[in-house]
Amino acid sequence: MAGYEPVIGLEVHAQMRSRTKLFCGCPTDYGAPPNEHTCPVCLGLPGALPVPNEKAIELAVRAGLALGCQVAPHSRFARKNYFYPDLAKGYQISQFELPLNEKGHLDIEVEGEAKRIGITRIHVEEDAAKNLHGIGSGAVTLVDFNRAGTPLIEIVSEPDLRGADEAEAYLKKLRDILMFIGVNDGNLEEGSFRCDANVSIRPAGQTELGTRAELKNINSFRFVKKAIEHEIARQEGVLQGGGEVVQETRTWLEAQNKTVSMRGKEEAHDYRYFPDPDLPPLAFDAKRIEALRQALPELPEAKRARWQKDLGLTEYDAGVLSAHPEVAKYFEAAAEALAKRADKMKASEAGKKVGNFIQSEVLRHVSTDGLSATFPVGPSAVAGLLAVVEDGTINGKIAKKVFATMVDTGKSARAIIDEGGFAQVTDKGAIEDEVRRVLEANPSQVQQYKGGKTGVLGFFVGQVMKATQGAANPKMVNETLKRLLDAP
Amino acid sequence: MAEPKIKLDEVLHVAELARLQLSDDEARQMQAQLDSILGYLAELDELDVSDVEPTFHSIPMDAPLRRDVPVPCSDRSEILAEAPESEAGGFAVPLVLEVDS
Repeated sequence: MAGYEPVIGLEVHAQMRSRTKLFCGCPTDYGAPPNEHTCPVCLGLPGALPVPNEKAIELAVRAGLALGCQVAPHSRFARKNYFYPDLAKGYQISQFELPLNEKGHLDIEVEGEAKRIGITRIHVEEDAAKNLHGIGSGAVTLVDFNRAGTPLIEIVSEPDLRGADEAEAYLKKLRDILMFIGVNDGNLEEGSFRCDANVSIRPAGQTELGTRAELKNINSFRFVKKAIEHEIARQEGVLQGGGEVVQETRTWLEAQNKTVSMRGKEEAHDYRYFPDPDLPPLAFDAKRIEALRQALPELPEAKRARWQKDLGLTEYDAGVLSAHPEVAKYFEAAAEALAKRADKMKASEAGKKVGNFIQSEVLRHVSTDGLSATFPVGPSAVAGLLAVVEDGTINGKIAKKVFATMVDTGKSARAIIDEGGFAQVTDKGAIEDEVRRVLEANPSQVQQYKGGKTGVLGFFVGQVMKATQGAANPKMVNETLKRLLDAP
Repeated sequence: MAEPKIKLDEVLHVAELARLQLSDDEARQMQAQLDSILGYLAELDELDVSDVEPTFHSIPMDAPLRRDVPVPCSDRSEILAEAPESEAGGFAVPLVLEVDS
């Protein structure tokens, strides 16, 4: 049987991290009691006049620039008309003709193969209110307008994706970029990054597109793949059974592991867009676009490449340390501080040491929430600790103990070392005394060594380190042992 | 009568989108009125506007922008008092069923 080829286009709605809503000064903070963050504009009361938020518009341009779009010197707001309880005005202020950003792209990689996915447009629009169904008396829907008017960008891809894997890779990379440029907090669970997927299938080799279904409610990366795979399988079943795919909106029900048709959205696609008479055109001159381009933060892919080139990281390390923008900043700050503090240390050496230490010791104490992250100690404190390892004051093993105490007490590495007697024993006489004691206590191992089994050297090193509670300088212990054992 | 510029089923479709229930008589009345409005506007088609920029806004100005600084919100109890029904801080509307169960 000839196979079917899936064709997928994605529409991502990302909330932008401005402090206030798109057209009014109400705060966008998440989690306030229902309807506490509302005013005549976001409630859609007659006579209220929307005024665009400069910061939100700039964030939208930033997203467009990061995704290779052309920014329109003049763009327009339009009214998208439909009736639903989450939309008090009866229309959503969005963009239709002349959106802010057009013709961008995102390069993804699936199983080692690179592919460029076209981005049709990125336009600005206001979010709708939140409906809570069956809450309270159970017989009503409650509407909370705190979210209404929150600035969104809608990022519309070309139908360039050919499978659930590609869709997942596209979404992950898109989220990563939006977080690193500070546009969106990447929080799928709280709904600040939402995805709809247009899915159709066609016989392999056919150029004409099949009828598509629009999948909603894909609010986790785990669901993206599953929901799209299920929808492709459902459509294949329909076609193989001699039926036809109907153009409709379907929602993913995670608990039931399937997509189902959404009632009453059939006529919803006739939106009768027209230019919003309340809002004059949005102007962006070339100079301002160029200034925003210059101010664009480093994108995660470029950052990872630079770290591998200049900071001694492997591809894997660079991936781990750039999993979150704040972790990336932390790593860069600590690596820079260590290179400054330690004499003659190369940036690549400092980067490697800091990178290893953050991965093995620091990350397990880090928690992230959206764009913010909490660290157990500051990056300069980590650099301070690794600097005293570098100058030989303590060894790497003690450093882990000192770090644990830093986390518990918030004290500096130097203070903990001074108070706790953690400083590495580098006193030649003291080390030699300890070595002699170990050799005297273990005459049979000494015989073995002298008989040619030099492997027991490790045993002696271990004994000395144990006796000094790990504080002895291992290099000096080694040298002293060899000197005494090899003496005639 | 010449071919009307808007068909009766188009009138009914627009009425449906606007959640208007029209009787047969009302629908035909609307069709006649819309037809004369469209006929009046059709006069504009006689002009050559191929060199004219589309007008998106009646006042030639760019959108003024607002600084991203929070301002006090409205009093919730006052707002909810205007609603026909409210419950638990929310506007209460008839239950919306999104999904066939």
